Amino acid sequence: MKRIWILLSVLALAAAVAPFTGPFVILLLAQILVLGIIAMSVDLLLGYTGLPSLGQAAYLGVGAYLTAILATKFGFGLGWDFWLVVLMGMAAGAATAGFFGLFAIRASGVYFLMITLALGMCVWGLAYRWNSLTGGDNGINMRGRPKFGIELANDLTFFYVVLGLFIASFFALHLLVSSPFGKSLVGIRERELRMRILGYNTWLHKYIAFVIAGGFGGLAGVLWAHLNGIVSPVDVLLPASVDALLMVVLGGPGTLVGGLIGATVVVFLREYLATMVQWWQYVLGAVYVLTILYLPGGIMGLFKGGKA
Amino acid sequence: MKRIAVLIAGLAAASPGISQELKIGFLAPMTGIFAQIGKDMENGFQMYIDEQKGNFAGAKVTFIVEDEEGKPPVGVRKAEKLARQDNVHLLVGGLLASTGYAIAPVSNRVKTVYVLSIAAADDLTQRDLKQYPYIVRTSWTSSQPHHPLGKWACENGFKTVSAIAADYAFGHEVLGGFQKTFEDCGGKVIQKIWPPLGTKDFGPYIPTIKRDADAIFSLMVGPMALQFPKQLQEAGIKKPVIGGGTSYDEFVLPSMGDEVLGHVSALQYSAAIDTPKNREFVRKYREKYGKVPSYYSESNYTTAQMIHEVMKQTKGKWPGPEKFIQMITQLKLDTPRGPVRFDDMRNPIQNIYIKKVEKKKLHGFDKDELWNTVIQTYPEVSQFFTYKKEEFLKQPVYNRDFPPCKHCN
Amino acid sequence: MDANFWLIQTFNGVSYGALLFLLASGLTLIFGVMRIVNLSHGAYFLLGGYVAISVMRASGSWLLALPIAALAIALLGLFVERVFLRPLGFDPLRQVLLTVGFAFLFQQAALDIWGGDNLIIQPPPALSASVVVGGLHLPVYRIFMIALACAIGLALWFAMERTRIGAMVRATVDDAEMARGIGIDTSKVSMFIFALGAFLAALGGVIGGAFLGIYPGLDFEVLPVAFAVVIIGGMGSLAGAAIGSMLVGLADNFGKALFPEIAYFSLYAPMVLILAMKPTGLLGRE
Repeated sequence: MKRIWILLSVLALAAAVAPFTGPFVILLLAQILVLGIIAMSVDLLLGYTGLPSLGQAAYLGVGAYLTAILATKFGFGLGWDFWLVVLMGMAAGAATAGFFGLFAIRASGVYFLMITLALGMCVWGLAYRWNSLTGGDNGINMRGRPKFGIELANDLTFFYVVLGLFIASFFALHLLVSSPFGKSLVGIRERELRMRILGYNTWLHKYIAFVIAGGFGGLAGVLWAHLNGIVSPVDVLLPASVDALLMVVLGGPGTLVGGLIGATVVVFLREYLATMVQWWQYVLGAVYVLTILYLPGGIMGLFKGGKA
Repeated sequence: MKRIAVLIAGLAAASPGISQELKIGFLAPMTGIFAQIGKDMENGFQMYIDEQKGNFAGAKVTFIVEDEEGKPPVGVRKAEKLARQDNVHLLVGGLLASTGYAIAPVSNRVKTVYVLSIAAADDLTQRDLKQYPYIVRTSWTSSQPHHPLGKWACENGFKTVSAIAADYAFGHEVLGGFQKTFEDCGGKVIQKIWPPLGTKDFGPYIPTIKRDADAIFSLMVGPMALQFPKQLQEAGIKKPVIGGGTSYDEFVLPSMGDEVLGHVSALQYSAAIDTPKNREFVRKYREKYGKVPSYYSESNYTTAQMIHEVMKQTKGKWPGPEKFIQMITQLKLDTPRGPVRFDDMRNPIQNIYIKKVEKKKLHGFDKDELWNTVIQTYPEVSQFFTYKKEEFLKQPVYNRDFPPCKHCN
Repeated sequence: MDANFWLIQTFNGVSYGALLFLLASGLTLIFGVMRIVNLSHGAYFLLGGYVAISVMRASGSWLLALPIAALAIALLGLFVERVFLRPLGFDPLRQVLLTVGFAFLFQQAALDIWGGDNLIIQPPPALSASVVVGGLHLPVYRIFMIALACAIGLALWFAMERTRIGAMVRATVDDAEMARGIGIDTSKVSMFIFALGAFLAALGGVIGGAFLGIYPGLDFEVLPVAFAVVIIGGMGSLAGAAIGSMLVGLADNFGKALFPEIAYFSLYAPMVLILAMKPTGLLGRE
């Protein structure tokens, strides 16, 4: 509980300070929040259910491309119907995960890792080659952000909307992992065999978690499309999925908040430090290696006394 | 990574007092598979700045380089950063056509000039121009050099051509340009093969090349350009090869071998252009950076020169985005690539050089090396070539299916 | 499309498969013994190519570059395994994540040391020619690749089946706990296998460097393909790696020649299907 209050106060602080920072920083903050959403979805799978997914970017891609195609080909989603697109993005992400899950959930551990990697690459292949739909390697350019009483073209306004959605996602996921369902996921992570013996349909539990994670990935995708103003196959490429995993591991798996912390670190290094020094990749790699070696609970683990 | 090249030393003595700052935001890939091209781009621009000792007619130049990684979304983010955080007066660069397409809308959002010094996407200065009032292009359109090339091929006896081009927008537009003029003159493109961008193993494709074609047209980019001619030779195919601009550009030429002797291509630049201005440019560049300049370097060098020329006219004061665009498009310059001026769609009109790979000594260097010798020059080529602008714009942008392959199979 | 077309395409597919075997055999062995997926495998491939280029620049000899590069990277692999992977004990997930971290570090280091240029490894002239066999132009280099892959494959098989070390490796792959129970030092086996995997990957990089070029980003480009091979063939199975590389090499080649539109899809979709039916791959076992 205390964690939640800390999180809320940090976010409130960010919200209060945002108008006074530069426009570039506001965009970075928004980026952190959107990536935080997808990191949380990865955390749901990795931290809580013990399923390491290397293909989450696929659902972000589905949500992002859906948003872009609706906006540019059908002019849909640029007014109040933006909220409809949000829901559709989540549905699309969830549906894709529902389909992929049928292949993936049979496996566990590193096999699961490999299958999700393969599935992510399939989505990338489609995005890259299905020129007429996705624009191929040119991607799709968005024509502007939605306007419904408030103008999301204003970066600050957009930031607040993203913040709101992040908080909503966090609470939704928090409720999920605190529920009996969530607890059984942890049980599956710890000792799947025992859970099965106790009568749990572990396949179904994992599948549902997978679908939910896909849904939040889709949500992140919708926001990602509007944040950048462009959707391109590189958004779905392997390194994008690796990034999401990285953020969770850095921040602390199984904490939800860890995803956000990890996203902050990675975005800070990639987008901010990178503009100042040349050796930022070494810092990122080193931080990562050191965290794996000495901080199994990630950064959050430091606060919890190192317990994973 | 950010390199601020501010050269103040020697300014106070030699030149007019510094009246204001000119901040230029430069976008090029510094990491990833195009890292070296990005370096070439940056070096070209930097060399001009260094020659002017960082002073453009009284304005102190601040040159900020950002890594766009060859990925359009990253290009967007870095462009936003340069415009919003660093408050640059202009954005320059972007390598890939897709990056160009991605940054153009940013120029609208931040109301900042975007100078496309490389990105060749045709439509940005054609059908999409009206949407982007802040962009100007100082390089080329993908199809620009290939219109004359198609004509040249037809006039030089090639009747049928089998084409193999990287399967993405740039490849489509290059082949499209070639095909249009080649077929308008009576030639026939009898086959189109599209290996994905980044293909290195042409094993699957080379055996499918039609035996009866007079020549092969190939558009290769980066690592593909290195591998294709080699593998073609290994497969024992001895047909004449006509290439797109990037297939034999000086960026890859030094790493190539005898397999490319005699291969013809077209571009608005060749390091072998035998004018005093280019000779001096090539020698200075090679001395400074250790390699012969590629068109990536020349294009950015010339872009820097153009910006300087505008600043000369305003005596070092930034004229604002709209006026800048107006002024730069009215320039007529003599550059390493020859005379350059602009059409009314903010794209250059320039010489196109048909060049052939030869091994010889040039520009006073004492070793036999591979050079793109100019065998024919088409002067004053615009992006529309000999077509009327209105007619040209009525047809769709060159893509995979346009012009249609009427003579295939 | 005449018989020549099919013959040449098959030859090309097999030669590509040969390169993939070098890359995938190390990956599959590492998985079999250590149960981890080495996500920095692509980096070893790339580094092998870079080191070979440096050796060739210094000595002018391609023949020398081959073993030196492979051994150098094997040492690197050894170092990584000892110092970083070993302390994690038997925690496959964290070990996998660690290899990702190293992939980033290696990539940046390579960029800093060798620059961003697209480099080519030039094999000796003897290998750069083509022979004409029955009307088909066959590049000697591709023949060499096939021959080398066969030789390595046989050497590995022999080592696995007929030597004591091989027996120890097989025992560890089968059941690590039992192996420890009968006195096999599985951590030494892990170390040896990881170094061997790096060795093979680096060798692949030197061989492939003439073919693909050596440039930043190659590591992450070859990685998914290597995975495809290992997944299809079966993780942990050397025979699976051989079969998988042949299948992927041929499928990729024919896919691109006959159905170029779905080039990438045709590679990964079958992988997914096979995984769906048998998560451990064709010849793998859990």
